[in-house]
Amino acid sequence: MAEKHIGRNYVPVDHVAKVTGRAKYAEDFRADGMLFTKLLLSPMPHARVRGIDASAALAIDGVRAILTADDLPELPGGAERALTNEPRYQGEPILAVAAVDEATAAEAVERIVVDLEPLPFVVDPLESLRPGSPNARLEGNAWGPPPPPNPNAPPGPPGPPPIVTIKWEASDFVAADMGRLPTGKPLEEWQYGDLDAGFKSAALVLDETFVIQSTGHHPMETRSAMAYWRNGKLFIHASTQSTAQTTAGIARWCGIEPADVVLIAEYCGGGFGSKGAGAVTTCIPALLSKKANAPVMMRVSREEESYFGRARTNMTGRAKIGFAKDGRLTAMDLFIVQDTGPYGPLGDHRSAGLAASLTYQPPAMRWRAVNMITNTPPRSQQRSPGPMQANGIIEPVITKAARQLGIDQVEIRRINAPAGKAEFGPALPNGRRNRVTSAFVREALARGATQFNWNERKARAGKRQGAKVRGVGVAVGPHGAGSIGWDSIMTIRPDGRLYVQSGVGNLGTHSVLDLARVAAEVLDMPWEKVEVIWGDTSKHLPWSCLSVGSQTTHGMTRANHAGAMDARRKLQEIAARDLGGSPDDYTIGGERVFARSNPGRGMTYAQAARRAIALGGRYDGHDVPEDINAMTKRSAAALAGLGLMGVAKDNYPRDGVTYSFVAGFAEVEVDVETGHVTLVDFLGIGDVGTIVNPRSLEGQLKGGLNLGIAHALFQKSVVDPQYGVSLTGRFHYSKPLTILDIPATMPAHGLDIPDPETPVGARGVGEPPVGAGYGAVMNAIADAVGEDVFRRAPVTADIILMALETGRRTHDPLRAHI
Amino acid sequence: MNLSRRNFIKGVIAGGAVASSGAYLFRGSLPLLGQSSAPGSVERLITLTVNGQARRVDVLKQETLAMTLRYKLGLTGTKLGCDRAECGACTVLIDDVPHYSCSVLTHTVRNKQVVTIEGLASPDGTLHPVQQAVVDEQGFQCAFCLPGFVMACCGYLKTNPNPTREQLAHGVSGNLCRCQDYDKILTSLMKGAEYMRRA
Repeated sequence: MAEKHIGRNYVPVDHVAKVTGRAKYAEDFRADGMLFTKLLLSPMPHARVRGIDASAALAIDGVRAILTADDLPELPGGAERALTNEPRYQGEPILAVAAVDEATAAEAVERIVVDLEPLPFVVDPLESLRPGSPNARLEGNAWGPPPPPNPNAPPGPPGPPPIVTIKWEASDFVAADMGRLPTGKPLEEWQYGDLDAGFKSAALVLDETFVIQSTGHHPMETRSAMAYWRNGKLFIHASTQSTAQTTAGIARWCGIEPADVVLIAEYCGGGFGSKGAGAVTTCIPALLSKKANAPVMMRVSREEESYFGRARTNMTGRAKIGFAKDGRLTAMDLFIVQDTGPYGPLGDHRSAGLAASLTYQPPAMRWRAVNMITNTPPRSQQRSPGPMQANGIIEPVITKAARQLGIDQVEIRRINAPAGKAEFGPALPNGRRNRVTSAFVREALARGATQFNWNERKARAGKRQGAKVRGVGVAVGPHGAGSIGWDSIMTIRPDGRLYVQSGVGNLGTHSVLDLARVAAEVLDMPWEKVEVIWGDTSKHLPWSCLSVGSQTTHGMTRANHAGAMDARRKLQEIAARDLGGSPDDYTIGGERVFARSNPGRGMTYAQAARRAIALGGRYDGHDVPEDINAMTKRSAAALAGLGLMGVAKDNYPRDGVTYSFVAGFAEVEVDVETGHVTLVDFLGIGDVGTIVNPRSLEGQLKGGLNLGIAHALFQKSVVDPQYGVSLTGRFHYSKPLTILDIPATMPAHGLDIPDPETPVGARGVGEPPVGAGYGAVMNAIADAVGEDVFRRAPVTADIILMALETGRRTHDPLRAHI
Repeated sequence: MNLSRRNFIKGVIAGGAVASSGAYLFRGSLPLLGQSSAPGSVERLITLTVNGQARRVDVLKQETLAMTLRYKLGLTGTKLGCDRAECGACTVLIDDVPHYSCSVLTHTVRNKQVVTIEGLASPDGTLHPVQQAVVDEQGFQCAFCLPGFVMACCGYLKTNPNPTREQLAHGVSGNLCRCQDYDKILTSLMKGAEYMRRA
């Protein structure tokens, strides 16, 4: 395709608002008579509310309303609600008070007497598998496998799987005494290939256990929200990763119709998966506002965010992998104990299994898992949910094998890398295995190894200089990178400008605007004449993907390509109708549609827009395609008559599942006297398809890599096993990366090889860098100080130092949340 | 067991992290006047100099500058990311020195010059060189941390107008970003330093 916009940098219009402080996030809005709310949070990890005495609180001057779980609608399938009468983690909101100011609300919360009955609780998923151990929920301690699809079920997402009780035998835990993950009866499993033959033919079989930590998402903007009601409609300012798909949840949580919700969310101060379709707590100010008959602001503090702001699933994984002499994998047997927290359930363990199969291409593989419930802060998908954890579990085994077989670290990953339409996972019901749309991992590894001067760096690794020793590491992070089937709406109006409706969230990736670059490209519009409309559900937005799962760039470039092609065809048809000939006789350029044979014979876009309005019907949006989503139909109806409308569902074919990959290369320096690790250099190379917005791509690559690097070195959540309370309520304790933790410069690039299964060639990029950063840094540490020094992350100084001092791993091999 | 919430905290979780709902204690939303004050608080009308303008404002003894800016002066460009002097999103300049406004009492900045992100651009809308550089380099992503970083950078450049990357990284190391492309942030701020030297 022509390249006036795709692949070129531009100034996103919102950046000027951001640098001047005019960009308004949820907590920046005010309304007359606005009240404030404070929450009463559970001090216990699991309890039952027997009674609430709010009389003293209600007697305080300025207290306007109290909201408890009894005021909230029940949700289907017993899903998590914003307030509860059975708190299942310490910090879970029990009630909320609205008052004229926060001090009054906080004072009221202090005076409320809650009668709580403590219930059994469990923090460590493995503990809950021991015979006679407590269950985290009254219904059980694990999520069973999803029920088979029911053809008679009503449309919509399937309900949650059942909660079950699973206890392993005492004999299963013998492995635990040796520091290995016990592998009792799984609740889910799949297999392909001949596992036994694979292990029998292997020259080397390794069997290792690794503990992946949980971490809070901690976007800079907490999930604060402000709400008011007007003429029976709820107006809510909230932070979300999707504009189009958040109102349904808010309506459900509030017990109202989606049509009665107006969501204003022009800016989202980060989400990383924790605000996928908004946050359940958003209904608190909404329902309090209704009760108090006044606007209500809920400011969520950083500490509160650490409780209910979501966290990554932690996993303890055991990988038994067979290798041929040349380093090729012969078989993989993976067992995952996932901790999905008190709610959910998350499917990260399944994504991890598929990612392991894809990234390392074992010819035979078995995946087994249990999805455990614990009384720890609730989880949601966090940037690379599952694949990052798979990198953590498996990379140490690959690294150790390469060392024992005498194979270069890049080489062992290259020969096992997915290529082309690589297959992965178990056989589907149709008997075939899934395959990716494309993979250029070998190209990424080759480019990276050259650019990083891998061989030179490798030559100086492992040699001690004073107290310092260097190491190099490489890892490939995979992640699903694109969905299909979304809608777009755009109008060319009589002012000659192109208006593109954008229903995705604006969380800083700029995909909210990038998708319009595709429309501008197809219609050959100068960018100054393109206006993107986003961030407000009253502005008639199309059915759009959630900005999670790295799907937006892929999914929405396709949809907007389809919509722009629809507009382009309509321009040609209008020209043919007015000026003679057939539509194919016409082409576009310079904001005109004109005859190919005689460029003087044509009309401007502005003229065509006026003609479209005069013609009506499908030209100006009065008639729309049957296959678009009901939301898109409503939006198109509201915009009909404003100009020439391009409106379409993405029906482009796709063969395969879209995945992106990032190869990360790290060099670290370990101080063997202090255990301190310094990241000396890092390079990331993305196999992420066509580059749409180079600067955003770079930002996404580096941001994702840095999240993985932080997971390797610093970041974690800690929960006290005795009392079940979170101990990482602040940044100081949860240890996110700072600007001093990265190398002086940190290059990252995309290969810019188009994906063949999408018209723009672009795949998503947000998530695959995370596992690359995580794995590469841990591999570099292993290269510097030995593969057996650590079997958990983050690899903190004490872990390294104690292992070097004693000559063996001394950290608790299996315990979670430490 | 029938306990007040305060007693749970004392009895059940001695010494542990506490589920505090009183993390922010801010009294004084828009309909402030006419409310009875908390014991011991003294409301006073004072004059602050913010972004070159004298602003009369009614503040409480315990009120932080961040809350005054955001809730009384309408300057919401100053963000609150932690309210505990950890993240730097609330950084403003006080007499040219960067401060966490969440941890500065408003009363202490009388007779001082306070500059927020809204006060950097010229009245005609021309961006400050650091702002312009951030736009030119697309320095930030979600940008919730942006105002704090830019203010910290502007403050640092007043003491060292020609920093190395490492020096400027130290200069803004009191600020956290969770999108965390620190490399591009630093590149954009270095360009800001260059623009300032040229200006």
